[in-house]
Amino acid sequence: MATEHFPIEAGHIMLFARSVGDTNPIYYDAGAAADTEPGHIIPPPTFVQSSAQFTEGYNLRPVIGEPWFGSGKEPTGIQRESSGGGGGTGFHAEQHYEYHAPIQPGDVLKAVDKPGNSWEREGRRGGTLKFNESITEYYNQDGVLVVTARSVGVQTSRVVE
Amino acid sequence: MALNKSDLNVGDQHSEQIVDNLTRTQIIQYAGASGDYNPLHTDEIFTTEIAGYPTVFAHGMLTMGMTGKMLTNYVGDGRLTKYGVRFVAQVWPGDSLTSTATVEAIREEDGVSLVDLAVSTVNQDGTEVVKGSATARVDG
Repeated sequence: MATEHFPIEAGHIMLFARSVGDTNPIYYDAGAAADTEPGHIIPPPTFVQSSAQFTEGYNLRPVIGEPWFGSGKEPTGIQRESSGGGGGTGFHAEQHYEYHAPIQPGDVLKAVDKPGNSWEREGRRGGTLKFNESITEYYNQDGVLVVTARSVGVQTSRVVE
Repeated sequence: MALNKSDLNVGDQHSEQIVDNLTRTQIIQYAGASGDYNPLHTDEIFTTEIAGYPTVFAHGMLTMGMTGKMLTNYVGDGRLTKYGVRFVAQVWPGDSLTSTATVEAIREEDGVSLVDLAVSTVNQDGTEVVKGSATARVDG
């Protein structure tokens, strides 16, 4: 899913660093960051994943006013057709990043998605596993490629135990 | 501080505990920051009654993010050139995780000194949950 406008914000970096339990001042304090080698606040290595916040139609974010598959009055807000086997789920299998150029608050990134490979194999825990790869290139406001992300998703045919 | 090539040897290791007794609240913090609101990670009722799991579990990317903290503490700020992992086992509330980087190679590429690292995160039972690799610029 393409993300046209991913603003890099200091507060978002702070919240993200807290969530991964990282107390490094370079993620929190512009003054402390000025004395580091980068010389400014930088995001943690996996921060670009949070571009999902800015991806239109991202399917793991509730849409205001529409039913959501998490629980409310009922255990799920969307009753799905039973597939018979039941319980199969999509998972994140691999994630890889290449870092090409620094990112800092004030930057505005654009994510461009490229298709990757697809393949299948029999898993020990989850039945047939279907893998899908996607490649996302993040460019800054000057058109400089800053990060390349390669993600592999897997769809299981039953619950992973 | 960044690493210096002259201080590094193949087989050198850096290890850190990256979380002690992972809480559901931290998983919710990660959902809120990352934007991945999949109820499998935060919604006990959905996860047990609909998806059929014993309880909610961490985003793979939370474990990758916590593992990244160990890496940046070791190689220094802004020094990573590559970082990738495979998610090999689930991480549950209550887990305590330890991450280790092991020096696999020290090399030059286009006049830049680099260290290649094997990356592994294990839980309190010694089960590997994340396995990967990273490359960082080093001095010297």
